[in-house]
Amino acid sequence: MNEKKKGPIAHIVKRPDISLKEATAIRAGAIVLSILVCALVTFLLTGDDPLSVFRTIWEGSFASERRLWVLLQNVSILLIISLAMAPAFRMRFWNIGGEGQVMMGVLATASCMIMLGGKVPEPVLIVIEIVAAIAAGAIWAAIPAFFKSRWNTNETLFTLMMNYVATQLVAYFIIIWESPRGSGKIGIINQQTQAGWLPQIGEYKYLLTVVVAAALTVFLHIYMTKSKHGYELAVVGESERTARYIGIKVGRVFIRTMLLSGAICGIAGLLMVGSTDHTMTTTLAGGRGFTAVMVAWMAKFNPIGMIFTSFLLAFLGKGAGEVATQFGLNQSFSDILSSIIIFFLIGCEFFIQYRIVFRKEAK
Amino acid sequence: MFDIVSFIPRAVAQATPLLLGSTGETLTEKSGNLNLGIPGIMYVGAISGVIGAFFYEQKVGSVENANAFLAIAIPLACCLLGSFLMGLLYCFLTVTLRANQNVTGLAMTTFGVGFGNFFGGSLIKLTGSDVPSIALSITHKFYAAKLPFAEKAGVFGELVLNYGFLVYVAVIIALSASFFLNRTRKGLQLRAVGENPATADAAGINVGAYKYWATCIGSMIAGLGGLYYVMDYASGVWSNDAFGDRGWLAIALVIFTIWRPNVSILASLLFGALYILYLYIPTGTNMAIKEIYKMAPFVVTILVLIVISLRKKRENQPPAALGLPYFREER
Repeated sequence: MNEKKKGPIAHIVKRPDISLKEATAIRAGAIVLSILVCALVTFLLTGDDPLSVFRTIWEGSFASERRLWVLLQNVSILLIISLAMAPAFRMRFWNIGGEGQVMMGVLATASCMIMLGGKVPEPVLIVIEIVAAIAAGAIWAAIPAFFKSRWNTNETLFTLMMNYVATQLVAYFIIIWESPRGSGKIGIINQQTQAGWLPQIGEYKYLLTVVVAAALTVFLHIYMTKSKHGYELAVVGESERTARYIGIKVGRVFIRTMLLSGAICGIAGLLMVGSTDHTMTTTLAGGRGFTAVMVAWMAKFNPIGMIFTSFLLAFLGKGAGEVATQFGLNQSFSDILSSIIIFFLIGCEFFIQYRIVFRKEAK
Repeated sequence: MFDIVSFIPRAVAQATPLLLGSTGETLTEKSGNLNLGIPGIMYVGAISGVIGAFFYEQKVGSVENANAFLAIAIPLACCLLGSFLMGLLYCFLTVTLRANQNVTGLAMTTFGVGFGNFFGGSLIKLTGSDVPSIALSITHKFYAAKLPFAEKAGVFGELVLNYGFLVYVAVIIALSASFFLNRTRKGLQLRAVGENPATADAAGINVGAYKYWATCIGSMIAGLGGLYYVMDYASGVWSNDAFGDRGWLAIALVIFTIWRPNVSILASLLFGALYILYLYIPTGTNMAIKEIYKMAPFVVTILVLIVISLRKKRENQPPAALGLPYFREER
């Protein structure tokens, strides 16, 4: 019973300021550790030697030029949605409605292509499409922000519910526009006329998406670090009271930022329907609205960092998909691997912010 | 003519997973943890039960050899263990390692759904069947066993007595959760942790322990929802992604009932009814309209969310510290 006299074995101390080098080392350590765990899990499930599994993961993305392009397209879409999440999270507005905002962009684009295809000149149609997709995403995102700013309605739950309303709206219009009748699918929209299809850069189908993603990354980096808006976001995120005190209209910042977030999500939807997939399904966003939350968070809402994190997740997704095909496992295997890595990255943040101090042995 | 006698049992069958999920999530949220991993946890609960049942069935071979107690206890224990571990993981990351709750929850949902579909897929392959599903007919029999006289008790029997035991368990759990939260000292302390952890801490309540217990027990209750879905509602048939978005509906239900498990008993029935209403409403050739009906639970939830924030009644608000981490050192 003499333990009573001693203090706790260890206590937690907040690190004053950690150097970038140290923080990166901790994160890299977490990634290495998580990959080891993934290897162990893969080994237990497939019985194959982990090295060949890693080779398969690599081949999933880099074995051919086509795969590389698909990877780049996946990274770009994920990056765009993550960029959309970042400014709202910076001010601690928990928007987990990216999925729904993307779906509204998808719906707006598809409806323009279907309703107006062949009726208005091509350039006009494309302009209408872009405006419609951006507006649809922005409005969808601004609704929860409006209620949050007016009545402090819980935004996490509100945006979450909006996802399913959007998905059901898409499901409704899929049945209205289904072709051929009774198939429950829309198929490729305007396959012959290609009306409303966004222009292709050269012969690369996916290049437009990559270019837009790059441009948006630069834009958001400047917006968040160099502009007055970006500064206001950071202040609201640090302390709403301080923000009010220095005269920032917090409600207006909420709505303005969510309009921007939604607009960018709308662009993601536009690119998916207009540039690469040319069709609309309820699973087109495919959970990327949620994955984007993790991508943005892991990069600490830094647009440049998000290039890396979205690449990591898209690469793993492709690679684990390849492992699944090769070893006859199913595609969900990639979800397991990427969430193991996310768990480690989430966990390692603790060791970046805090230090554990062990009790010195008292003599 | 609207066939209410066949409508209500089907609504109850839809409602039970939602009721269990929302009771578990309410308990969790009362401790201040917004566990968005509930959909994943329900998947894990379901697949763990399926794995247990699968191996038990492989061992006994036929209904005659099966022992009623083991056929129920083994899947139940597996389900509880699986969902408990998920709850533990969530707590370890958010309470001990102080990670962001939303991000952790979403990662858990990705993990849980992936886990369910992966092992579901593997089991399907193990059985080498042609259809992409596993049928657990032996254990299903025990889970769906009804009172012998229920059929004979007329309309009352059909509406009230004619369900598998997990339905009644769900109602009992919801009632006891309500009693626990409102009528016991521990429940009061739990609510204090969710409202204002710093004050609770100062009053000598172990905040971390309450968060851990509430979240882990809540996860186990939610996991039972998954188990009910596979073993009873789906007749012991697991097929990938069949569980759908019921987990998110359960979270919606928590808001809809303004954090009251006893209200959830009726509210889940309403949600269940909305979920299958389109089957009973003559839509003619207009198939699209049923997609609009499926939207109803979510729209209604948004309306409730708006109304409670408009009215600002204190007892109707979400727990004040919901979603916020608590660090003693940062007060």
